[in-house]
Amino acid sequence: MTRYPSLLDSVGHTPLVGLPRLSPSPDVRLWAKLEDRNPTGSVKDRPALAMVEAAEADGTLTPGCTILEPTSGNTGISLAMAARLKGYRLVCVMPENTSAERTQLLRMWGAEVRYSPAAGGSNEAVRVAKEIASENPDWVMLYQYGNPANIDAHYRGTGPEILADLPTITHFVAGLGTTGTLMGAGRYLREQKPDISIVAAEPRYGELVYGLRNLDEGFVPELYDASVLTTRYSVGPRDAVRRTRQLLDEEGIFAGISTGAILHAALGMATKAIKAGVPADIAFIVCDGGWKYLSTGVYDATDLDAAEAAIEGQLWA
Amino acid sequence: MAVEVSIPTILRTYTGGAKGVEASGATLKAVIDDLEASHPGIAERLVDEAGLRRFVNVYLNDEDVRFLSGLDTEVSDGDSLTILPAVAGGSR
Repeated sequence: MTRYPSLLDSVGHTPLVGLPRLSPSPDVRLWAKLEDRNPTGSVKDRPALAMVEAAEADGTLTPGCTILEPTSGNTGISLAMAARLKGYRLVCVMPENTSAERTQLLRMWGAEVRYSPAAGGSNEAVRVAKEIASENPDWVMLYQYGNPANIDAHYRGTGPEILADLPTITHFVAGLGTTGTLMGAGRYLREQKPDISIVAAEPRYGELVYGLRNLDEGFVPELYDASVLTTRYSVGPRDAVRRTRQLLDEEGIFAGISTGAILHAALGMATKAIKAGVPADIAFIVCDGGWKYLSTGVYDATDLDAAEAAIEGQLWA
Repeated sequence: MAVEVSIPTILRTYTGGAKGVEASGATLKAVIDDLEASHPGIAERLVDEAGLRRFVNVYLNDEDVRFLSGLDTEVSDGDSLTILPAVAGGSR
């Protein structure tokens, strides 16, 4: 084990573990980057800490400041921990249709939670947060969707860690939300291994999330640069839940539901490699553990239909 | 080539409320032309002179067509096309 001066210093340096049962052959192997091993249990500790430190470095964030962030969970939880240790107040704007554990976790670390309407999902949280920001000009919105420090955390951390542990990597698969993980780690890995495939797994939710009033309300994160990606898959709730349960059953890894979506895309890449008869080392991100999703009933549902029904209408990733 | 096209809530005013419709064509562009013939007005919401509109995502068998051949992407009998507005999504 490694020793660190404080909890904040221990962010990152997560293990990469092989999946001997889910890997289709000795030449086509899957590797899970266990980001749930971060201090608050998700990959978001990396960008959250990086955004806070960048804002401190450029003087935006000074002692006693209030931080504001649209987040339906993990980033808020990471920021809440960092804000508590560094002495900032944190206000999170979160869609009302997120799991109860999220609110509990945020409040536990001292964050204030304001809810945005369920319809429209995170788009709506972003809109409400921007409104609150304009009413409180002295508050600091770190804004994970457009903050280059988000990308930088993965360019400096996640990417190099994976390459050091898996120099033979052929594919990197991660979730597409703020796009920070893929833009940062993806760009780093592409620079080091020009032939690598960078694959995005984008969660596809229930209809509520897409119920915009008009198409112009659509949202593409400012950080997104399509040229970093090789391809992009949309993964629905059924496949996400199925793979989440499979990861638990076959490899013993208790992950959140977005990880199931990412594993689904990773397995798709593995199947393609087998068909093409080429070796592959496919690394994917385990974004968080399953703890925050226990109350959904996904893990102990009797069958896939019941598990899928359990997350109907939820923002599961 | 007959394909199943999944229509997002916001565009169902053009399909009489239907969540999914059938359309045919050898490429995505041809499928959209066919959709327009059956559901006038829908094409303009999906494409402009530059191609697919910024906040419109189209997936062929779950893969984003922007990483295939865009509007020239070839479709085969029995494929599924999903149209979705770009959104920020979930737990960030």
